[in-house]
Amino acid sequence: MNPLDVLKSAVSNTFRNKVRTLLTVIAIFIGAFTLTITSAIGAGVSSYIDAQISSIGGDSMLTVSSAPDAAPAGDGPTPYDPDKQATASGMSLLSEDDVTAIAAVDGIADVQPAVMLSPDFIEFDGNGKFEIAVNPMAGIATIDLAAGAQLENGAGQNQILLPASYVDGLGFADAESAIGQPVTLAISDYEGTQHTVEAVVQGVQNDSLFASGAGLNADLRDELDALKQTAKPAAVPSGYVMAIAFLADGTTPAQLDDIQAALTEQGLLGMTVTDQIGAIQDVINGIIGVLNAFAVIALIAAGFGIINTLLMSVQERTREIGLMKAMGMGGGKIFALFSFEAIFIGLLGSALGAAVAIGLGSGLSSALSATVLSGLPGLTIMLFTPASIATIIGIVMAIAFLAGTLPARRAAKQNPIDALRYE
Amino acid sequence: MTELILQATDIGKSYGHGDGRFDALKGVSLDVRRGESVAIVGKSGSGKSTLMHLLALLDEPDRGTIRVGGVDAQQLKPRALNKLRNKDFGFVFQQFFLTPNATVLDNVTLPLMIAGVGPRERKARGMAVLEQMELADKAKNKATNLSGGQKQRAVIARALVNNPSVIFADEPTGNLDSATGAVVEDILFELNKTQGITLIIVTHDRELAARCDRQFFIKDGLEAVPDAAASVAPANSAAGANA
Repeated sequence: MNPLDVLKSAVSNTFRNKVRTLLTVIAIFIGAFTLTITSAIGAGVSSYIDAQISSIGGDSMLTVSSAPDAAPAGDGPTPYDPDKQATASGMSLLSEDDVTAIAAVDGIADVQPAVMLSPDFIEFDGNGKFEIAVNPMAGIATIDLAAGAQLENGAGQNQILLPASYVDGLGFADAESAIGQPVTLAISDYEGTQHTVEAVVQGVQNDSLFASGAGLNADLRDELDALKQTAKPAAVPSGYVMAIAFLADGTTPAQLDDIQAALTEQGLLGMTVTDQIGAIQDVINGIIGVLNAFAVIALIAAGFGIINTLLMSVQERTREIGLMKAMGMGGGKIFALFSFEAIFIGLLGSALGAAVAIGLGSGLSSALSATVLSGLPGLTIMLFTPASIATIIGIVMAIAFLAGTLPARRAAKQNPIDALRYE
Repeated sequence: MTELILQATDIGKSYGHGDGRFDALKGVSLDVRRGESVAIVGKSGSGKSTLMHLLALLDEPDRGTIRVGGVDAQQLKPRALNKLRNKDFGFVFQQFFLTPNATVLDNVTLPLMIAGVGPRERKARGMAVLEQMELADKAKNKATNLSGGQKQRAVIARALVNNPSVIFADEPTGNLDSATGAVVEDILFELNKTQGITLIIVTHDRELAARCDRQFFIKDGLEAVPDAAASVAPANSAAGANA
């Protein structure tokens, strides 16, 4: 029997008892459907988090801030240090010296201090003034955009990335129509005098978990900062809340550890994004892992369905198997015949399960994005990738094959005499 | 003198163990020459079916040897054994053993599919034997939709399709009325005469046995001399049974 005939016979045998095949296919369908959905949720959430991470810098940069003082021995209160610069909230600031020290650390390619700016308002074309927060990271990291382009530093032009929620309020028809429009920003100096600055909308960013607020390019930041510093009293400490240290290309995790250790020696704390939100991702991965495990349990149960179906089929076809063996069909071919049947049942169930999961999941996903999850633009709760679908179908077919080996072995070992005598 | 195609020497076969042990054959010898027709005659439980299964190499004897064309069957590897059964043996069963939901053509060409013959040649050869059995118009029908006589003709077509040198028939007319049974008998003996196919027919039907060149009587697992009452066509049986 040539392989093509084995394949064809296996497929046509599958449809011989349609009800039984259908029930087994449904069992596999449920497992494959669940596995497809859970892995799609995993992929969707992961890719969203990855996009969020890249919006705050990815792994190519460290957020460096002044390290909180270690509690002194004996857990007593920390003695007062009049030289320590602090913000009003008591947060330690980075000095210019600190920034220089960061730049001097081996493996750090560049340092950009992040300036805290709080403009008074933003206005477009006299449509009303709105408060606006500034994302200190924007202009440094890649932002998840709804429209327009990333900020260009040193473009000789003041550029701003608007949060998506400002598009309506400022009076733009939609995100696209805001691009290239001039807006007015106002900032007060230390004496309370308000200065206004013109900027061009470079892009509209998706609302994000981590990077909230408008993004300003270096030109605009510098101009606003200069205006803010006007008439600054000498007693006010100056410094930066944090600095962004860019790692040299090709930094290995070991080198990263060294860099972080070097910063700690300077009394600084350098954290990658992964350090900051890695824990969140671990939790999400854990949840997805548990869901996947349930789906696999469903598939294993379905595997017993395959064993049952095929054992019944072997029983029913005892004579036919005996006849084929009498006519010179080898045990190996009989084994292949039943194994292929099992694999085919697996393929049917998993392909159907995956197809329905993709159909339902995509619909549900877009419905959710439009309603419950509208606060998280850019989040596709279920992300179906061809590779993961292929992997799932492959896993199901492998489980089906394993389940099929028991009945297939039984069929292959059948004695033609007993089979032909079987009543 | 024509060559010996099958040669069974002092073969024994038992089933079960201990108290349940049943000696189906207790030392039987039988030679079959190419082109002859042999009837293995006995009551049910006499061991006649077991003998046929052993001759057809579907099972191995506990003792004794079976030679096929001079080669000890025990020396054959499973693959060679399968090929031998596929190429040289055809089987006709009382219960037909047709796959009910497959077409007549698919049933008939099953041995060719097992042999790995391509679909086009399968169809051509299948249609040729169906033509020969006057079943060509039923080729596309499901096997279940055939009458008993048609079923048995389909089974003979299946046995013939690979041009075997021996056809084993186990009660070929057992499930047929006498008129259709006679037609099937005629077909088998015609094949024996015109194509020189060796026939080995297991039966308890004395009339069918009488049409064979030779009768081999078996009783309680041993070759039996036919008594007067059981004897049919004495001219034939005397020579055959004592061969």
